[in-house]
Amino acid sequence: MSVNGARIMDTAQKIDDKTPRNETPASQSEGEQAMDNTTRYPDQTVGNPFVDNAKMRMRDVDVFYGEKQAIHGVSLDIGKNEVVALIGPSGCGKSTFLRCLNRMNDTIDICQVKGNLHLEDQDLYDPKLDVVELRARVGMVFQKPNPFPKSIYDNVAYGPRIHGLANKKYDLDEIVETSLQKAGLWNEVKDRLHSPGTGLSGGQQQRLCIARTIAVSPEVVLMDEPCSALDPIATAKIEELIAELSESYTIAIVTHSMQQAARVSNRTAYFHLGRLVEMNDTETVFTKPEHDLTEAYITGRFG
Amino acid sequence: MSKTTEQVRKSLAKRYRAEKMFKAYGIAAIGFGLLALVLLFTDIIGKGHSAFFESYVQMEITFDRDTLDIMDINDDEELNFANYDGLIRDALRAKFPGIEGRQEKRELYGLVSTGAGYELRDMLMEDRKLLGKTVTLWLLADDDVDVFVKAGSDDRLESRLSENQKTWIETFEAEGKLELQWNKSLFTHGDSREPELAGIWGAVMGSLFTMIVTLLLSFPIGVAAAIYLEEFAPKNKFTDFIEVNINNLAAVPSIIFGLLGLAVIIGLFGMPRSVPLVGGVVLTLMTLPTIIISSRAAIKAVPPSIRQAAMGLGASNMQVVLHHVLPLALPGMLTGAIIGMAQALGETAPLLMIGMVAFIVDVPGGPLDPSTVLPVQIYLWADSPEQSFVALTSAAIMVLLTFLIAMNTLAVFLRKRLERRW
Ligand SMILES: Nc1ncnc2c1ncn2[C@@H]1O[C@H](COP(=O)(O)OP(=O)(O)O)[C@@H](O)[C@H]1O
Ligand SMILES: [Mg+2]
Repeated sequence: MSVNGARIMDTAQKIDDKTPRNETPASQSEGEQAMDNTTRYPDQTVGNPFVDNAKMRMRDVDVFYGEKQAIHGVSLDIGKNEVVALIGPSGCGKSTFLRCLNRMNDTIDICQVKGNLHLEDQDLYDPKLDVVELRARVGMVFQKPNPFPKSIYDNVAYGPRIHGLANKKYDLDEIVETSLQKAGLWNEVKDRLHSPGTGLSGGQQQRLCIARTIAVSPEVVLMDEPCSALDPIATAKIEELIAELSESYTIAIVTHSMQQAARVSNRTAYFHLGRLVEMNDTETVFTKPEHDLTEAYITGRFG
Repeated sequence: MSKTTEQVRKSLAKRYRAEKMFKAYGIAAIGFGLLALVLLFTDIIGKGHSAFFESYVQMEITFDRDTLDIMDINDDEELNFANYDGLIRDALRAKFPGIEGRQEKRELYGLVSTGAGYELRDMLMEDRKLLGKTVTLWLLADDDVDVFVKAGSDDRLESRLSENQKTWIETFEAEGKLELQWNKSLFTHGDSREPELAGIWGAVMGSLFTMIVTLLLSFPIGVAAAIYLEEFAPKNKFTDFIEVNINNLAAVPSIIFGLLGLAVIIGLFGMPRSVPLVGGVVLTLMTLPTIIISSRAAIKAVPPSIRQAAMGLGASNMQVVLHHVLPLALPGMLTGAIIGMAQALGETAPLLMIGMVAFIVDVPGGPLDPSTVLPVQIYLWADSPEQSFVALTSAAIMVLLTFLIAMNTLAVFLRKRLERRW
């Protein structure tokens, strides 16, 4: 694979001119030192980060927060209608990487993204591309449920409204209903569509946020630890929902829970200190991890 | 008992003592504040309440054609300048016959306000059939009479009125023809040299027009500046510089803004003096920092998660601001604006500089009419020698305080009512 070969050289070079290691934050350098004794620093992704029918294609992605580099040369594909789980210790850059995929990083002033990122044939960072259009195609669900302080109906209808997806009230009602149904919330809220979305329970709020995201019919849905603020029952519901959604959407999910990754995803990517260490079928990652770091993580030696 | 428990018990008494002391200090401080407030209010209300009523005397007035010196009853011009004071004098002489000396006559005529004649004129203009008829009327008494009437029996001895005047007034009182009535002129007239005719309505309208100009200018400008600085401005040295200077502006003594208004708005742009428009512009300069600072705080208080949610759905910057940030920040912005307006309403110094301290009798009809404002009116009255103005000053303070309390209550109400929780 020529792409891969070029990348290895590139990364090696990057490590050379990298800032000295003792300048990285304490939380990172601790883990780093612990690893240095046993494992070589990962400079190459093991496993199969690439697929044939890729929906999104990322190559050599570097992300900087000011001077500090948070993502180092990550390349991976997200296949069509596939659920990809991003796992790894806190601060390893999962959220940062996920935010590149719909350019939410644009909202952080000091953040700079380099590399090639494509959604099908569309270059995500093409200066001519309007983020509005991109974000309508790549939706996002956040860690903490964040419904608007508006009614349930208005929450779901907001996206279709600003994108002009429905011209008639009837169409909008239809979109709201199907979105809530897909998010498994319709039966619980159909009698109180006009009461505030913030009045729902945490799990319901998160499903409302999912309904709101899919109401604009995105092609890809990004989820950043969508269950970390929820109780186990609400979490189970969301996981079920993810499984259903994967039939019609491509999903990338960041999760802290390895069980969750194992349950919902087709492929799993393990990040470590801003690098993609290993990416493989979920089963492989959890049963026969190829890289020592992955194994150390999934067996709970750090995290 | 372990050593630790022992130690803890020992120190516990000390801690409780310290806590009690602190509470006592706090209660003392609040008590002091409340006491000051109570004193202020008792003083102002004690002095001012009497100004809401004034003395009227009842008399038989004959609209005598000869005294009035009117040829044609339908000639407005003639009616306007007819001798109404003559009617009152006739009535007074009829009531107390046998007054001869010039001095005595003047004392007698002095019982009734110089404004009473205008009321007769208005009556006759309204109903011209009154000519030649005799009617029983309540006429506004002079301010010295008013002071005498309202005084206790001890204070009456010290009155500036002559012995004759005192007897006359007591005659009126004995006949039940002297009454305290609601002070209409206080809420309908502008300023006057005669306390019994002076009103705060001119100042209230002046304040109203000034506040409207201030609100119309400072709220949109302040909110736009706050939104730009918070949501769109790049973070660099220049915006830092602007930020520091907005905070500095809030600390500039208000009289400086008055000088600026005088030099630039009146001097350079040639706007007229003493008008609410200029006053409003000057107060806008003063209020802007308050509004900008509170609006920015309100915008900052909008949780970032709401912004992210909207942007994640593909809302543009402008949509995020208009659909989400602004509605959530609006209560805070309004509260800030009302508090800024309350400050502006009580402001005197900068308005003195631009001539809103002039003696203006007419109630202003718009922001381009010369006028004064409530606090300046208070300042003017407090400075007047006539005794009745003491009560009027306090009454005006009560009116101003009522407006301020109403505005602050509105601010609290808005905050409570519109604030959304998330
Ligand atoms: N807004 C930001 N500004 C500066 N540094 C950031 C920002 N967000 C994340 N980082 C840094 O980037 C690194 C990766 O963070 P993140 O992507 O949030 O990790 P994860 O989601 O895997 O826990 C961390 O070292 C973090 O300190
Ligand atoms: Mg994260």
